[in-house]
Amino acid sequence: MRKNLNVIAAYSIMMVLILMVGIFQSWNIALSIFNLCLISAVMTMGANIQWGYAGLINFGIMGYTALGGLAAVLISVDPVQEAWKAGGFDILMSLWLIVVMVLVIRFILKRFEKSKIRTYSIAAIIISGILLIRFSAEPGIEAIEAVDPAKTGFLGGFGLPIIFSWIVGALFAGGLAFIVGKVALGLRADYLAIATLLISEIVIAIIKHEDWLTRGVKNVIGLKRPAPYEVDLQTTDWFIKLVEKFNSGKLSLIENLSDRQAALNQLVIEGSSVFVKLCYSGLFLVVVIILLILTQKALYSPWGRMMRAIRDNEEAANAMGKNVVKQHLLIFILGSAIVGIAGAMLVTQDGLFTPGSYRPMRYTFLIWVMVIVGGSGNNFGAILGGFVVWFLWIEAAPISLFLINFFTAGIPETNALKAHLIESVPYFRFLLMGLGLLFIMRYRPKGILPEKIEIK
Amino acid sequence: MDFINAIILLLNYIFIPALTYGSQLALGAIFVTLIYGILRFANFATGDMMSFGTMATILFTWYFQSLGVSLGVLPTALLAIPFGIVFMILYMLLIDKFVFKYYRHQKSPPVQFAMVSIGVMFVTQAVVRIIIGPGDRRFFDGEKFIIKAREFKEMTGLNEGLALKSTQVITIFVTIILVSLLFWFLNRTKTGKSMKAYSDNEDLALLSGIDPKKIVLVTWIIAGILATIGGALYGLDKSFKPFTYFNNMLPIFAAAIVGGIGNPFGAFLGGYVIAFSEILLTYAYKKFFMYILPESMEPNSLVQLLSTDYKFAVSFSILVIVLIYRPSGIFKGKVL
Repeated sequence: MRKNLNVIAAYSIMMVLILMVGIFQSWNIALSIFNLCLISAVMTMGANIQWGYAGLINFGIMGYTALGGLAAVLISVDPVQEAWKAGGFDILMSLWLIVVMVLVIRFILKRFEKSKIRTYSIAAIIISGILLIRFSAEPGIEAIEAVDPAKTGFLGGFGLPIIFSWIVGALFAGGLAFIVGKVALGLRADYLAIATLLISEIVIAIIKHEDWLTRGVKNVIGLKRPAPYEVDLQTTDWFIKLVEKFNSGKLSLIENLSDRQAALNQLVIEGSSVFVKLCYSGLFLVVVIILLILTQKALYSPWGRMMRAIRDNEEAANAMGKNVVKQHLLIFILGSAIVGIAGAMLVTQDGLFTPGSYRPMRYTFLIWVMVIVGGSGNNFGAILGGFVVWFLWIEAAPISLFLINFFTAGIPETNALKAHLIESVPYFRFLLMGLGLLFIMRYRPKGILPEKIEIK
Repeated sequence: MDFINAIILLLNYIFIPALTYGSQLALGAIFVTLIYGILRFANFATGDMMSFGTMATILFTWYFQSLGVSLGVLPTALLAIPFGIVFMILYMLLIDKFVFKYYRHQKSPPVQFAMVSIGVMFVTQAVVRIIIGPGDRRFFDGEKFIIKAREFKEMTGLNEGLALKSTQVITIFVTIILVSLLFWFLNRTKTGKSMKAYSDNEDLALLSGIDPKKIVLVTWIIAGILATIGGALYGLDKSFKPFTYFNNMLPIFAAAIVGGIGNPFGAFLGGYVIAFSEILLTYAYKKFFMYILPESMEPNSLVQLLSTDYKFAVSFSILVIVLIYRPSGIFKGKVL
């Protein structure tokens, strides 16, 4: 108990902060912060597995998040029958061509010795394959995108409950990580960082511009929800009774019957969105707890010890007969898959998929700040980092507004400098994040909750 | 005649834009490569440092414009660039003193440096946005075109026009002068040679009496010059927007690595490799083929290898391929 005192203290402070937002701002804001904190926590757990356990640097988090989001779309949206009729065959043909191409290349790689001719012929196959696929898919894509472009213009998905996408998102992200890991994991640390960053940009470019699959920058809105809709709740009897019961004290103070009814209606509207957010919180909390248990078990298992050995001294671990390359690939896939889950969760919560919103600042670098600030190698630290950094990211604007007003209290409102500062309040969050990262790296390089390995 | 038309078409839409864009990338890439070769880390704050230098230049340009100072046909920004450079160098030295120096003395691994540079990136981004705002800023004044497309058509009687913007000519000229000066400095002067030695083998360089403090100082000064000029030229040619500058970091990295990171000449060429491949692969050649092929063979599609949406993806794919097959770059990196 005493050993974990700092963990408990840190989490209690965090919870108190969120509760304070609930009391002073509104429960709606507090819960939406809490939900995104949970999603961020899942992302940081993924990044922490790669960086904290194995020392692999992955700046491609944005790409895996977006793939998770894509999974949410492909699983939950109903299939667009006309689009399938219009171009489904061409798309399937192209898919088939890709499979054939991969098989042929694999066959050549296996069958022939490494030589110049082999390299050139593979390059030729890839180039002609791409041209062929472009040629065969083009009419299909055009036909699909022409089907009611204002509403659909894409193939749609499978029409399954969106919860399944959390698993499928993990599979998608893991699949991409397998390919990326195969090609890039041999690189030196900082090259790997740049390569993964650029690959994630390529993924985003594809998601943004392949309209037949993702609807691109036209966005997909109104995804199905795993939680009830506010509008339905507001007309449900048991929910209205529940709200009435919760607020009976407040309501009984109002004498006038019609006033009381109006107040109740207002409370029901507020309560419904809080209730929906609570449903999401419950779902996300389950995911976070399951992942936490699994990652903790892994950390203290023989496998976790091996990963730390590989991280701390690759050559020694190799000499002890551990397959470093294979383990690196495995952990790269696992970590990315967890990030994929988070991406699907994020789209599930928002109910919409906006490829244009995936930017490296928000989805890659911010997550890294979370991992470093929280404490790499320590799951509790990573989760805490997700909470702290997301909380500050959201609350930075109000805090800095307060500080600006405090320090410039003597200056009149019309002062140009003051007006300019107040106008640029949204950008103080970058300053806060940067300074936070720099201070933590300088004075507490292991993070708020450092890695602690107990040897029994 | 058709043949000349086709050539002019390529010049107008591919060669000149790619040369301009390549020059802008090349300056940034030399900046990245110098920091990597001498200070030994991948600087993720590259794009934002360039935007800081450009911001300083813009502020001085506005100041000069308010004073009524101008260079006539040339943009006022050219006068403001030296002042912008001074500010940029001061900012970089400040950051070095408070941030990077500590890790240099600790002999931290490059990854830690990269993480720290992300902190610097966040801070610089905030500073730029707080001072000048996130919006689009144009600060170009003076004569916009040297040759207008319409005038060119009238002059030569060709179907295709050749437009030459003054910013394009300025960019290419300034780049040539700056890069030649830089290579003269690195290869001919004592300080430049000691920088090379320091990059090759730090311990040996220290043993032979090279002062590391001076090397670091000179590196930041050169970096400041490159970052400000590169950024200001890009801003003059297109427009200044902090977010675009952050994004430009990615093709700049690609250029530096393709050219062999740590090798300034490679980075210089790498900039053009990236720029040309981006534009060549995404240009629609329909009109070009209409000129050179007989009418019966005219293509009816756009003859575009990739849609322009994939412009960035092209340079990144090149980079990924280079990283996998020749991690030291096309021109053998890490020699300076």
